[in-house]
Amino acid sequence: MTAGTAAELGERARRVRLEVVRAVARAKASHVGSALSCVDLLVELYFGWLRVDPARPEEPERDRFIMSKAHAGIALYATLAERGFLARDRLADFYVDGGTLAGHADATGVPGMDYSAGSLGHGLAVATGMALHARRTGRRWRVAALLSDGECDEGSTWEAALLAGHLGLDALVAIVDANGQQGMGHTRDIVDLEPLPEKWRAFGWAVREIDGHDHDAIARTLGSIPFEKGRPNAIVARTVKGKGVSFMEDDVLWHYRAPAGDELARALAELGA
Amino acid sequence: MRPTFARTVVELAERDERICGVIGDVGFGVLETFASRFPDRWLNVGVAEANLAGVSAGLALAGARPFMYSIANFPTLRCLEQIRNDICYNRAPVVIVGVGGGLAYGSLGATHHATEDLAVMRVLPGLTVIAPADPIETELLTRAAFALEAPVYLRLGRSGDPAVHAARPDLRIGRAVSLRDGSDVTLIATGAITRTALDAAELLAPLGISARVVSMHTLKPLDVDAIREAIDRTGALATLEEHSLVGGLGSAVAEAIADHGLRPRSFLRLGLPDAFAHVIGSREHLLARAGLSAPGVARAVAEMRGAVPASA
Repeated sequence: MTAGTAAELGERARRVRLEVVRAVARAKASHVGSALSCVDLLVELYFGWLRVDPARPEEPERDRFIMSKAHAGIALYATLAERGFLARDRLADFYVDGGTLAGHADATGVPGMDYSAGSLGHGLAVATGMALHARRTGRRWRVAALLSDGECDEGSTWEAALLAGHLGLDALVAIVDANGQQGMGHTRDIVDLEPLPEKWRAFGWAVREIDGHDHDAIARTLGSIPFEKGRPNAIVARTVKGKGVSFMEDDVLWHYRAPAGDELARALAELGA
Repeated sequence: MRPTFARTVVELAERDERICGVIGDVGFGVLETFASRFPDRWLNVGVAEANLAGVSAGLALAGARPFMYSIANFPTLRCLEQIRNDICYNRAPVVIVGVGGGLAYGSLGATHHATEDLAVMRVLPGLTVIAPADPIETELLTRAAFALEAPVYLRLGRSGDPAVHAARPDLRIGRAVSLRDGSDVTLIATGAITRTALDAAELLAPLGISARVVSMHTLKPLDVDAIREAIDRTGALATLEEHSLVGGLGSAVAEAIADHGLRPRSFLRLGLPDAFAHVIGSREHLLARAGLSAPGVARAVAEMRGAVPASA
């Protein structure tokens, strides 16, 4: 574990955001807003809570991470590069002709990744199976799954939530990157998910609601897992889509658009390039 | 096949503690032995097939070796994308077990007729597709499916499926097995209806048609050499399946013929029409209506051969 102070991890998050914006611009990729919203969560996971080691990515007793909101794949790849799992020059492989880093996170050939995804509503069930196997075999490793709020529309997310609650898997944590936006606009206008923490609670989970960009809060909350013995853990992380680049924040346009020219220059400048 | 599968998976689980059973609230009267013998390796996810497949993938990726079990349409069609992405794309070694393949649950209606599962499973990259013909094939191929350490779809019949093998065969995934010699036509069958191919061959003999019968228990990877051998030996081919004529065994054999430049003298595909059954009934009743009883199959093959039709 490397951890570091909130300020140090905040600085790492800034660097990851820079790589995200550069890679998305280079490849003219989509989902930059979705990626920027979860960078602080990913950095706190990979530099704090997750017991993983870039020198031994296949270590059987490592904690597992499931990137269910895999459309933000570049945020994960860039975090893995910052953490030392992935050579930084591999990021040039993202989203381009002949590349090996798919827009939706593909674990094939990526050290530090445990699962390939891309279609929403899949990850929590897989994480549930992993956590169940750990408990059955007396292992100490834990499983974290990062979900988008939009994928809480999927019935399969709630099938898994129901089962994990029933099984009381307290080594499982579902983190919802609740940026309040989905494909066509604000979640509150499309299918209102609120009150989201209460929904997880009703499914038998212990729930915390935090500011998903506050490194102190993220670290403190992850550090207090299990929140309650015998209950799976849900963190509803309130975030801002496009966080860190003022003109991308809370604008669904950046679910699709890649910054170019002046936009790119402004974005990089705001991120301190 | 169901009781044989249940017994075999218990035997396997006794020797390998990674094996676990995952069901979608189906298996009453069949799987209780596994559940009581291995309560820590048993999970009923409830009526939730997407979760059935996703959780099984997670168990497998974490090191377990799950057999996930339900009535054939439910662990295939209902959770198709979980199979495609979570199991196949992630190379999770899960054995997907579908019981009641074909028309085994005939009277329950078309929702329970598993007549497209083979086509849909066959198209998925990295998935081995197996349909045993009888209890002994079920036992041997269940063992082989587990040993493969890769995603498998195992399509079973129900219970009381008659034997097609007189002796214990040497069965390997991807290698078809000959059940009866003949010189005029080869009947290639898959799954529980393979017994019907043998019975039809008996009916063809008095008509002067010597029919060879092959069990193509593995649909994917398909045994192209066995098709080539059948053409070499008998010239004529007929496929028989308890499945839609779209995309199953007959389609797979037709693809192999086209792709490998094979030249059967004649080629007949027997299976179910591309339609939902709104008339229900027992498996035997529905198969006979579709012309897939032994006399129906014999008649179709005799007509292909230009011989006198067999009387039904």
